[in-house]
Amino acid sequence: MTAVVDTLRRAWQNPRGRAGALVLAGVALAALLGPPLLPDPVAQPDLLHGVNLPPGLGHPFGTDQLSRDVFARVVSGARVSLAVSVLAMALSITLGAAIGLIAGYWGGTTDIVLMRLVDGALAVPRLFLLLLVLAAWERVPIGVLIVLIGTTGWFATSRLVRGEVLRLREESYIRAAEALGAPRRRIIFRHLLPNTLGLLLVAATLGVGEVILLEAGLSFLGLGIHPPTPSWGGMILEAKEVLVTAPWVGVFPGLAIVITVLSADLLGDALRDSIDMWRA
Amino acid sequence: MRRWLIRRTGQAVITLAVAVLLMFVLMRAAPGDPLTRLSGDRALSPAEIAVLRARYGLDQPLLQQLGAFLQGLLRGDLGASIEYGRPVTQLLAERLPASLLLGGTVLLVNFSVGLWLGSRQALRRGSAADRWLTVVSLIGFATPSFWLGLVLAWLVGVHWRLLPPAGMHSPLLDPGSGFLANGMDVVRHLILPALTLSLVSIAATMRYQRGAMLDALRLPYIVTARAKGLSDSRVIWRHAWRNAVFPVITLFGLWLPVLVAGSVFVESVFAWPGLGSLAAAAVGNRDYPLLMGASLLASSLVVLGSLLTDLAYGFLDPRVRLS
Repeated sequence: MTAVVDTLRRAWQNPRGRAGALVLAGVALAALLGPPLLPDPVAQPDLLHGVNLPPGLGHPFGTDQLSRDVFARVVSGARVSLAVSVLAMALSITLGAAIGLIAGYWGGTTDIVLMRLVDGALAVPRLFLLLLVLAAWERVPIGVLIVLIGTTGWFATSRLVRGEVLRLREESYIRAAEALGAPRRRIIFRHLLPNTLGLLLVAATLGVGEVILLEAGLSFLGLGIHPPTPSWGGMILEAKEVLVTAPWVGVFPGLAIVITVLSADLLGDALRDSIDMWRA
Repeated sequence: MRRWLIRRTGQAVITLAVAVLLMFVLMRAAPGDPLTRLSGDRALSPAEIAVLRARYGLDQPLLQQLGAFLQGLLRGDLGASIEYGRPVTQLLAERLPASLLLGGTVLLVNFSVGLWLGSRQALRRGSAADRWLTVVSLIGFATPSFWLGLVLAWLVGVHWRLLPPAGMHSPLLDPGSGFLANGMDVVRHLILPALTLSLVSIAATMRYQRGAMLDALRLPYIVTARAKGLSDSRVIWRHAWRNAVFPVITLFGLWLPVLVAGSVFVESVFAWPGLGSLAAAAVGNRDYPLLMGASLLASSLVVLGSLLTDLAYGFLDPRVRLS
């Protein structure tokens, strides 16, 4: 556990890591506290005079073709995007850690079978895996979307964890624990898992960015979050209609994606550097 | 050498087989009957549903459906598209060249510009240019390709009218005009989609090359080369770069999934007549056979790409073959 705290502290000392963490915290805070303070992101208040207004005092990001405040929708979309990606990522990391630990520690046939399956799954681009399943739904429930994104995201993590477990297994303290007759459960949960936490933290942080982009892409294709629920990808899809007359409707949700994903990537990089330093 | 070759190829075949099984299971495990999407505006009568189920083999047990699917696959028959009513293989073959042109251009840009920029970064490590390039490439990496594509199409294509915002051929161009005029027309249409895909993906190549170059510059033979009094450019490009560029070959295998997925978005934004826009249309129409065919082709490309990368790598570096 102290290793994880050390990792976090070193990442915080890295200016780019700190910038990423602060911006990410800001986005999360806005997503949590913003919506009650802002106009309703779904209602269409003034279809007569309030349509496609450019950014100004009353509407910092302007209004869209249904007279809704774009800023309120971007903030509301942050709530959806962050919730989906964090939950999906948690599922992916848990699955990846579990499968990686099993494959790495049990070894033998279990390992070979699991890793062959992972090879096959990695051969299908993740987007296509999701398209194949999602095409069946008229409107996919948000819980199902989270589970589907989560269950298609653990393949690479399980490989990473397996590699780390194979390395750790040869360490003398694991050997000693085995020689002392420690049960498997104890070795896995007390020795192996804590030592892969840093790795999982990096994978999770970098993965959140990837999942935000993925969810936005699916919503853009009309397969993810469905209107009127605001999501960044769905907003860009709707903005296509007014791209020329009211470009701000699509520009701001896109910028929100770039800023959020960039912050997650910067934080993930800082965490990785910090772990590499610790290992060296 | 030969045994290694056979083993690696065998692995690729197994990987592809697992991928095919996975895709089949995923599609059949999804809720709902594909037929309910087929019926369009009006509800089908039970009799009609029964006829359609028999036509698409959906009344058979799952294992037999799988058997029929695999048999068709081995014969090169992926069924007929629901939307277009034509063989899926034919549709895919028609769209492949446009996708190869776009993907090939992006690969070329990524490898030439990415390798060059990454090397420059390594040589001036820690400089303002190095940090600036890292941030810019990371921003590209964090940008959704469909959004960047829309912004570029609007700005460059519609607002400034510099380049065509969509399609692959100009409808105004006389089809009888020469090869050169037609070629230039395609190139003008190619620039924006290729630029979009390159911008969102070049960060990986740059970062990889930067790291590889930094590692190479630390090796003793570089110190020796410098001590011999060789010129800077000779040490860098003839000694260090040659070894640094080597691991970057492996990136080629990592690239293909990114390009295949990215092309779904970029091709549909720019109406580029390739596989990506075909797959996006198949999703919109719930055209299962076509979507399955496109996914199969995408996976085959990924497996083939990683196999070729490994083979090339093993060919160039004997140590790989022995491990």
